[in-house]
Amino acid sequence: MAAYVVRRVVMMVGLLFVLTVAVFFLFTLLPGDPARLTCGKACSPQIIEANRHRLGYDQPILTQYEEFLSGLVVGRTYSADSPDPIVCNAPCLGYSFTRHEQVLTLITAAAPTTFWLATGAFIMWISAGISLGIFAALNHGRWPDRLVMGISLVGYSLPSFFIGLVLIFFVILKLNWLPFPAYVSPFDNPFQFLQTMILPWIVLAVLNTAFYMRLTRNQVLETFNEDFVRTARAKGLPERTVVIKHALRAGLTPLVTAAGMDLAALLGGAIITESIFSLPGLGALAVSSVLESDLPLITGITLVTSAIIIVANLVVDLLYAVIDPRVRLA
Amino acid sequence: MICLIILIVFYLVGIFGPVVAGMFGISPYTFDSNAISDLGGKPYGAFGGISLAHPLGVEWGTGRDIFAQLLFGLRISLIISTTATLLTVTIGVLIGIIAGYAGGITDSLLGRLMDLILAFPFLLIVLALSGVLTQRLTDLGVPEGNVSRVLYLILVMSVFGWPYLARIVRGQVLSLREREFVEAAVSMGASRRRILFTEILPNLWAPILVYATLTLPSYIGLEAALSFLNVGVLPPDTTFGAMLANSVTYFNVVPTYLFIPGTVLVILVVSFNLFGDSLRDALDPKGGH
Repeated sequence: MAAYVVRRVVMMVGLLFVLTVAVFFLFTLLPGDPARLTCGKACSPQIIEANRHRLGYDQPILTQYEEFLSGLVVGRTYSADSPDPIVCNAPCLGYSFTRHEQVLTLITAAAPTTFWLATGAFIMWISAGISLGIFAALNHGRWPDRLVMGISLVGYSLPSFFIGLVLIFFVILKLNWLPFPAYVSPFDNPFQFLQTMILPWIVLAVLNTAFYMRLTRNQVLETFNEDFVRTARAKGLPERTVVIKHALRAGLTPLVTAAGMDLAALLGGAIITESIFSLPGLGALAVSSVLESDLPLITGITLVTSAIIIVANLVVDLLYAVIDPRVRLA
Repeated sequence: MICLIILIVFYLVGIFGPVVAGMFGISPYTFDSNAISDLGGKPYGAFGGISLAHPLGVEWGTGRDIFAQLLFGLRISLIISTTATLLTVTIGVLIGIIAGYAGGITDSLLGRLMDLILAFPFLLIVLALSGVLTQRLTDLGVPEGNVSRVLYLILVMSVFGWPYLARIVRGQVLSLREREFVEAAVSMGASRRRILFTEILPNLWAPILVYATLTLPSYIGLEAALSFLNVGVLPPDTTFGAMLANSVTYFNVVPTYLFIPGTVLVILVVSFNLFGDSLRDALDPKGGH
């Protein structure tokens, strides 16, 4: 197990390094002239040149990458030769000249909102998805199964922004059951927090519940055909024990992978849901950074989000190796 | 198979959209000041100004016809999603076959490349690169505006979408290449190209087809989402997402703005998913049924 962990960690560090190269390439080399993208449409050549110098885009490309990487590790100073240099502490993800703030500060400010959104939705869809999936599998081929699968297909096909807008229309505008969403921290005002979050949670959960229902059902059905389930039945174990202790336990382990990766992807920001409900999370920050052409901020968010996914991938694989020892040998 | 008929209808309407619009005498670009009030631009009549001249009503403020916008929007949406799917499938199949058959260092390099691409959240990367790459395309001589935006969407969806399919294909090729008929071909001195494309590829069409029919609706949704966030297609052209984004300002007064494009979009995506599902059931007897 130790050798497996070491191997995987080394691979992850390598992948993280390649990620910094890839992100740097995508956002610095690909645009042709990144300085022109630092300020939106109303931009004078003077500002572009000033930004080019301040952000170091006038340096040779390798020096730029070096600065970018060393900024991540030890921090960096922008426009060091000017009277008021900007110090960006490690891990420096960049400096947003549009918002006059370090990218890391902006990201840490948005992260809690996204964290609460992702966690709440995760709990909802995991419990609903797995229980409905098991229910469908136990009724395989009969009408409850068909009903659940039909709902799953429609739920899976609904664009999240449409669900969100329809919910706002009925629940907030027409029925007045909830006030307009206005995000507060759960520690400041738990009641308003719940009022704001319940609809975004539902929107995110609908889509994923549909997917997990299907996944759970298919997994459980597949294990029902396995030899060890037949053996358990043949031993004369009660049906409940067969289902709960044998079929479900083996059938649900693959869900760990899917659940871990989906949660990780969501922690990087639920772009659409946050935009619809004006939640100040990472996804909404990403959208506004794109609309403001704030290149350092876009780069920072992409880097952080992808790093979360790479790390989560490792965690999920290690967790899986603990649950299912066969994985380690592969 | 009713979903197949719906899909064919959608494609026909997409292809002949301008003709259909011409038959009704409507256009998505024409402002109709007679259909909206002079003060505030509220459409005359119930349900957002539904009338004989405008079967699904008109847009608030401009009087542009909603039905015509839907026809033209469907067209753009189908162009983007269909082309992007074809490209995704081509890249995915090629790389998947190569990785699976070549094995060794090629396989592991391609595998790491896929790991890297899969680490970028799909929606985020398409969103994040939109400014950067649309600019680049314009610099390369692609006409500014929606031509470069549509091209951008197609390119990025394909470049970041292929690893999902490539993984599936690679797995299939790994097991296929050990089969007797491949061995027979090898022993008869068949070229590598012949083995890959004449012996192995025909056995893969079922999973590829299923994957393609399920990717297409996800691209339709993705395009709609990006237009909804204002980084997709720009006015005066429009797509489902842009129409829904516009509806937000007025849907409290005129809910049809929200429900008409939304419902059409859902029907389109559900039909595709249903079709993909029945295809899977028909082609893959193991798939849960």
